[in-house]
Amino acid sequence: MSASAFQQRSPVVDTLAAWLLAILWVLPLVYAVWTAFHPSEFSAKFSLSAPLTLENFERAWTAAPFARYFLNTTVLVAMILSAQLVLCTLAAYAFVRYEFRGKSFLFALVLVQLMIMPDILLVENYKTMSQLGLIDTLIGIGLPYFASAFAIFLLRQTFKGIPKELVEAATMEGASSLQILWRVYVPLAKPVYVAFSLVSVSYHWNNFLWPLVVTNSVNSRPLTVGLQVFASTDQGIDWSIITAATLLTAAPLLAAFVLFQRQFVQSFMRAGIK
Amino acid sequence: MLLPALVLLVAFTHYPAVATIIDSFMSTPKPNRPSVFVGLDNYASMVEDPIFWQALRNNLWFALATIPLSIGLALSMALWVNGRMAGRGFLRMAYFTPTVLPMIAVANIWLFFYTPTYGLLEQIGGLFGLPSQNWLGDKATALASITVVAVWKEAGFFMIFYLAALQGISPSLREAAAIEGAGRWFFFRRVLWPLLMPTTIFVSVNAVINAFRMVDHVVVMTRGGPDNATSLLLYHLYEVGFKYWDQGYAAAITVVLLGALATVALAQFFVLDKKAHY
Repeated sequence: MSASAFQQRSPVVDTLAAWLLAILWVLPLVYAVWTAFHPSEFSAKFSLSAPLTLENFERAWTAAPFARYFLNTTVLVAMILSAQLVLCTLAAYAFVRYEFRGKSFLFALVLVQLMIMPDILLVENYKTMSQLGLIDTLIGIGLPYFASAFAIFLLRQTFKGIPKELVEAATMEGASSLQILWRVYVPLAKPVYVAFSLVSVSYHWNNFLWPLVVTNSVNSRPLTVGLQVFASTDQGIDWSIITAATLLTAAPLLAAFVLFQRQFVQSFMRAGIK
Repeated sequence: MLLPALVLLVAFTHYPAVATIIDSFMSTPKPNRPSVFVGLDNYASMVEDPIFWQALRNNLWFALATIPLSIGLALSMALWVNGRMAGRGFLRMAYFTPTVLPMIAVANIWLFFYTPTYGLLEQIGGLFGLPSQNWLGDKATALASITVVAVWKEAGFFMIFYLAALQGISPSLREAAAIEGAGRWFFFRRVLWPLLMPTTIFVSVNAVINAFRMVDHVVVMTRGGPDNATSLLLYHLYEVGFKYWDQGYAAAITVVLLGALATVALAQFFVLDKKAHY
């Protein structure tokens, strides 16, 4: 803090503006929490005497197979993340450790995915999935995301920064190529793995359009699609229940975010800086 | 080692991109009529499709509004949170929270906000005696309403990148400027803004991509309505591809989207990257 001795305290106007914006930013959430925890007659009426209730959550939970949706999303997110970590680690390692013909061309091919995400190619990918017989399966939702250009790029950058001496020392001790990857590269890249994992989990927990297209039954629907089906199939306008379901969907991420706020912010930061 | 990742990338990025271009010149297969080469027919029907033009126009307006608004807000947020402001931790969390929530979930919350007569916006408006307004049902306000949601969701995410960049800027620059008697605005315009240029470019590219990719909230809040006033390109593509099952035409729309993204990529490589060096 002594370094910023010259840094003036922010003027009052700025502080006010910053707080005003922050309040606007959390207002939708505060409102959702209010609606979800109060009986529906208070959903748009604010009174301190309104009784608290968990009934909306109960009714939402029983009105739709949310337990199944939770299971689907959890399995999906875990599957995508583990596939990404394994495949992209191997690919990034190959790019860093070996020389081969067409290497930079192949790397450029990988980077294409940073611009053209699977979301946009959903019509063709849907065709591929139906040829593979993977429509309405969790693998069908996850497969296009298993190889992540972003992860390969991020890990390649990190691996490149690992000192040669460490690798040479390990080679001298007779470590094989895979042992070097596992014992030297992976442990040193741990913060990057954490960062990528947080970004990947929150992305795939929230992903919607592609799962919507590929799934058509309760067996494979993730939470986001389940919530949309639930909210659009005539719940009438019982907002209390819909908001309760909405909060349920977002709750695990929100809880993780509140608990690990610092890691989240730092991970997103790290992931964004090339 | 490279093979598994590369096979998947080719199967779900490069192959479909190329197949889309080929399919855009083919007719949509029917049960008793296989796909045949139709030349530019799909593009011709695109040119004649008023909804396509509407979606394109909407998407351009959506981009034009979300990009500068979210970047401007993100920059202000980062400057505030980076300074010594009271309640910094709370502010940072408040700004960033929308980023981690599912768009589907927050769109439902916002839907309630905008609902006529019950909605919070109505009630606040009512306190000030404003007339009732159907924000999402009125063609004049629907697109603006979904734009607000997008900005709200996105700004905190971009703030993070600015914050990271600001923390990398040496405090001695500010001290030097203070000794020289430079004002806050002057310091921002002449020192911070140029130093933040690479971040601004990175964030802008992301904002452009997002402007063509964000449709979740459209699905929840308006389904492209009223009267296609909020249909965006990707949403129109989704409707053509999976509601009308017109694959040939859907491929043609995908080509337009790919073209837009490729333009952004090339612009980034050839124009913007040069400007980032000073």
